[in-house]
Amino acid sequence: MNELYQQAYKNYQNKISTVSSQEMVINMGPQHPSTHGVLRLELITDGEIVKDIIPHVGYLHRCFDKHAESMNYGKTIPFTDRLDYLASMNNAHGFVMGVERMLGIQDKLPKRVEYIRVLVTELNRIASHLIAIGTYGIDIGAFTPFMWCFRDREHIMNMLEWASGSRMLYNYIWVGGLFYDIPVNFEERCQEFIAYFKPKLVELDELLSNNQIFIQRTANIGVLPADVAINYGCSGPMLRGSGIKWDLRRVDGYSVYPELEFDIPVGQGIMGSIGDCWDRYKVRVDEVKESVRIIEQCLPRLMQDFKRTPDFDPRGLVPKKVNLKAQEYYVRAENPKGELGFYFVTQEKTDIPKRIKARGPSFNNLSVLPELGKGVLIADLIAILGSIDIVLGEVDR
Amino acid sequence: MLLEIKNHIEKNIHPDAIVDLQETGLQSALYISKEYLKSVCLFLRDHKNYYFDFLANLTAVDYFPEDYFEVVYNLTSIPFQKQLTLKVKVNAIRDLKDLPEVPSVSEVWRTADWHEREAYDLMGIFFTDHPDLRRILMPEDWVGFPLRKDYQDPETYHNIPVK
Repeated sequence: MNELYQQAYKNYQNKISTVSSQEMVINMGPQHPSTHGVLRLELITDGEIVKDIIPHVGYLHRCFDKHAESMNYGKTIPFTDRLDYLASMNNAHGFVMGVERMLGIQDKLPKRVEYIRVLVTELNRIASHLIAIGTYGIDIGAFTPFMWCFRDREHIMNMLEWASGSRMLYNYIWVGGLFYDIPVNFEERCQEFIAYFKPKLVELDELLSNNQIFIQRTANIGVLPADVAINYGCSGPMLRGSGIKWDLRRVDGYSVYPELEFDIPVGQGIMGSIGDCWDRYKVRVDEVKESVRIIEQCLPRLMQDFKRTPDFDPRGLVPKKVNLKAQEYYVRAENPKGELGFYFVTQEKTDIPKRIKARGPSFNNLSVLPELGKGVLIADLIAILGSIDIVLGEVDR
Repeated sequence: MLLEIKNHIEKNIHPDAIVDLQETGLQSALYISKEYLKSVCLFLRDHKNYYFDFLANLTAVDYFPEDYFEVVYNLTSIPFQKQLTLKVKVNAIRDLKDLPEVPSVSEVWRTADWHEREAYDLMGIFFTDHPDLRRILMPEDWVGFPLRKDYQDPETYHNIPVK
């Protein structure tokens, strides 16, 4: 190997081996529960203060890009489910939209298909945010919200299992349609769930948001200014927590989102300053409320305007073979964690792509951690990491 | 809009800064010359008409039979809600000791730091002036660049069968 290519690794080894006698190198992870997966952080600490952070990712690398180059677009959808495995519907939705736009069929899809897609992705968004809120509570030391969130998430998991046949990795949204129509009475059960969930959400909000211990652990901790957030490519609740109203559901207006009413919550610095951990947490709580609002608007339309008819075929537009021209396309969609992008490079006369790159929001959100975590206490680092809400399946792909 | 940006860059940076204009497909792209990449990126980020302040994605593509690589930059302007694709073409030298070189833009957008590490790790593009160009997803002692089309899987890794 060329010496030049090894230089960065040598610099890194040098940095680790020459820490001063006052400092100590501590490994946090890869098997630490508060790193939310297999993430290893190498901390250079001086007592309780973190001087530097070197994240090591890749323990969960499953070669998504390489696999996607060897199979057709439909077969790649189950792999996209495994990127952000807490929000599989959203991943598949983003991927499928890209292929449909390249095929030019995105405007021909039946409205019922689009509304079902939005319904299941918003249900999945709630499930993902419930995990984020619950595990954040347990990182800080509050055990009850964790149990409550998992209890309510289980209802969503059961409903999505009913629709798709699988509990977490659905393969439900297909290119040009859906795997199946939603089961009979799904809408009614969804309404029952919403009626059950809305008071629970108020309880959950009261339990954590105004909890004095929680506020002291999160307010004014890990303040991320808006310009830094943009420069580091942060998106989703990270960017909105810093006060920037940027939601691709509104910006791009994909699927049927332009027909739906919802607000975009942003961080306001109520408990501390704008862009602190509390703001990021609060943005997620508010987004759950907005998702509930979207579902409430979808359900009556699915039961009246676009109700189930005998001749409705959710696979009507599913192509036998995806025939694309050679082209490049970057598609983006708003995932619970942020902007999920897929960069396609397609080939002529074959349905196997030349290259697919997945741009995971967690990957970019995590890259800001060394910037946020310099000079904080080790306990605060846990609070900062929890507020970023990473999923390692998406960081490592 | 693309022509306007092209003319603007040619007037402000250098007449040779833009090599080509690609207008096929759904998203058009600008081919930037390697030498002027950093100044073009800085210009696009800071100019008051564009403000492409958000680097959404950076990746490399291997065009195997044609024998060249492309590094692709997907930019987003948050104030103007616009998207732009930049591309840099580099000739493929298929030798592990002599990687194709592209200037790093991690000084312009800090997010490029990890994206470039990934492109180096999987595709073997060497980004000059990068602050910390180590492998990111693969182990440090891995040989070869797996996303290249001519990559051959090794038989074993530390005596563990890989295939």
